[in-house]
Amino acid sequence: MAAPGDLGVTSGVEPPPSTSLAGEVWRLLRRDPLAMAGLGVLVLLLLAAVLGKLTTEVVVVFDPAAVRLPDKLLPPLSPPSPQVVAEGLAPATGRYLFGTDDLGRDVFARMLQGASVSLSIGFVAVGISVAIGILLGGLAGFYGNLRLGFITVDTLVMRFVDVMLCFPTFFLILTVVALLPPSIYNIMVVIGLTSWMGTARFVRAEFLALREQDFVVAAKALGLPERRIIFRHMVPNAVAPVLVSATIGVATAILTESALSFLGFGVQPPDATWGNILADGKGFIFDAPWLFFVPGIAIFAVVLAFNLVGEGLREALNPRLRRRP
Amino acid sequence: MGSFILRSLGQRALLLFFVSVIAHSVVHLAPGEPSEVDPNNPRMKPEDIARIRAAFHLDDPLYLQYAYWIRDLFTGELKTFKDSQPVLPKIWRRFLISLPLFFTTTLLVWGLSFPTGIQAAVRRGSLYDRGSTVVAYALISIPGFFLAYLIIMWVVATFELPVIGRRTFGMEEASALYRTMDGIWHLVIPSLMGAIGGIAALSRYVRSQMLEVIGQDFVRTARAKGVPEDDVIYRHALRNALLPFVTMFGFLLPGLIGGSVIFEQIFAWPGLGRLGYEAILNRDFPVILTLNFIAAVLTLLGTLVSDVLYAVVDPRIRYD
Repeated sequence: MAAPGDLGVTSGVEPPPSTSLAGEVWRLLRRDPLAMAGLGVLVLLLLAAVLGKLTTEVVVVFDPAAVRLPDKLLPPLSPPSPQVVAEGLAPATGRYLFGTDDLGRDVFARMLQGASVSLSIGFVAVGISVAIGILLGGLAGFYGNLRLGFITVDTLVMRFVDVMLCFPTFFLILTVVALLPPSIYNIMVVIGLTSWMGTARFVRAEFLALREQDFVVAAKALGLPERRIIFRHMVPNAVAPVLVSATIGVATAILTESALSFLGFGVQPPDATWGNILADGKGFIFDAPWLFFVPGIAIFAVVLAFNLVGEGLREALNPRLRRRP
Repeated sequence: MGSFILRSLGQRALLLFFVSVIAHSVVHLAPGEPSEVDPNNPRMKPEDIARIRAAFHLDDPLYLQYAYWIRDLFTGELKTFKDSQPVLPKIWRRFLISLPLFFTTTLLVWGLSFPTGIQAAVRRGSLYDRGSTVVAYALISIPGFFLAYLIIMWVVATFELPVIGRRTFGMEEASALYRTMDGIWHLVIPSLMGAIGGIAALSRYVRSQMLEVIGQDFVRTARAKGVPEDDVIYRHALRNALLPFVTMFGFLLPGLIGGSVIFEQIFAWPGLGRLGYEAILNRDFPVILTLNFIAAVLTLLGTLVSDVLYAVVDPRIRYD
């Protein structure tokens, strides 16, 4: 992957493919309508999360915590009742775009707030898991032959991976989250700590292959420090499969958070995540279906988008596909 | 082969030891203990809490608690914190309840994803292939309990049939035929819900595996020498594509415990997942730890079985 496989296509009518891996991947990704649709949704989500953070916490335009009991359980697009307007609590859009919940809180404002929370749960959890995975996988791949007493580093790390794989993941997450005091950070950390094993295996396999390649041997022969060989030369070449599993990992983390919320162990009120809006909404499925469908469809769309982009990346990064003109 | 099995049994026993130590430490080091389940109960006096802690060995050092747990587990003396029932028979009863659910789910996953995946691979790029891809991604991405609620509402509204629980209340007097049908009906919906994620993921995997094999030379050779297309696909290609799925049998078993928490909760199915969930709520450490231990044993056994099966089906693999 250090030299993109463009040997066969330099002659002929094809324009010479761009030499950077990112450009190559982008060219292939653009041809995949599903992945592009997913990417579009993700861009929208990112905008919603940033705007949501700004408008619900920094400059409070939409107040997700404002309780308006006279306006409880109003369907989407209904205007606020006049006595509430007098108190200055009316939604900034003039209407409740997604309706209100059982306390009269604006579901649109709560969804905006939840967008950044849900997204940061996904990103932080995956960040933790990727960091641990690259660290341990790289350790096993690069220093694998080093002996610590009677055991090699590689054996030590990989047996630890095996130990972690023995835990039933969701049950373990549930146990730890239930025992620890409820907090959004605990959920991020626990999901991250229980999902790094796949990344570690990928990175180890990539490192084992890269270690023998000419450019790494050359870097060693030039006397570059190991730190530089690992982080400048090997890690960038090993991250492709990690990128795919990280993208899909964000989707899984968002789903896990919603499942935890459903069981009552998710992010606690007053913080809103899409998972706990959905879990709270299930009690009003007949009286106020929007409380259930708005967060449900939002989670579905976002997780689908992450999965589609992840699969698109997997296809685009597949070297066998890449060589095709 | 024999020495390979012995060696890997030894390695796995060692892994199991570490798994149980980690699980024990995690559960015991995390804040929150059985005596704090009901902190607002005015009848809980400090001396009661002290008595509970002493009875559960909670004041002993961790390694002693671990030793007590392992000793009780292997002598079958282990009792739950909550109601002092023996743990193993309790788990066994719940296991028997979970078993039909697990069995039906597995049957649905493996029975449906292979035809779907093979067809998608054979008709690559067709409307069916693209449609099944989109449906599979959609099914992977939908929150399980959200879909379950939609299905429950739809089934109840359309067929006017109850789907919660294991049987309909008031059917005890009905004939055996009706009771069986009632039981099957109550089994199918939760199994299907549990299977949907698996079907979507596995059928994708079957598709990519089949595509990989269909592109190989021996398939082209088979076609070139005039083997009928069905034989090419199902005799030549499928057999070779099946190899990696042997390893997946190993990952089936632990799903018995972890995979079913949500759906057993929704469908009020009193199986292992529910037992684990209740144990977590009650801080019932012996049950949590034993369930986790059993899950680890099942995982390790599963990987061992798949290693052995791999050698059995693939003559290129030899363990010495």
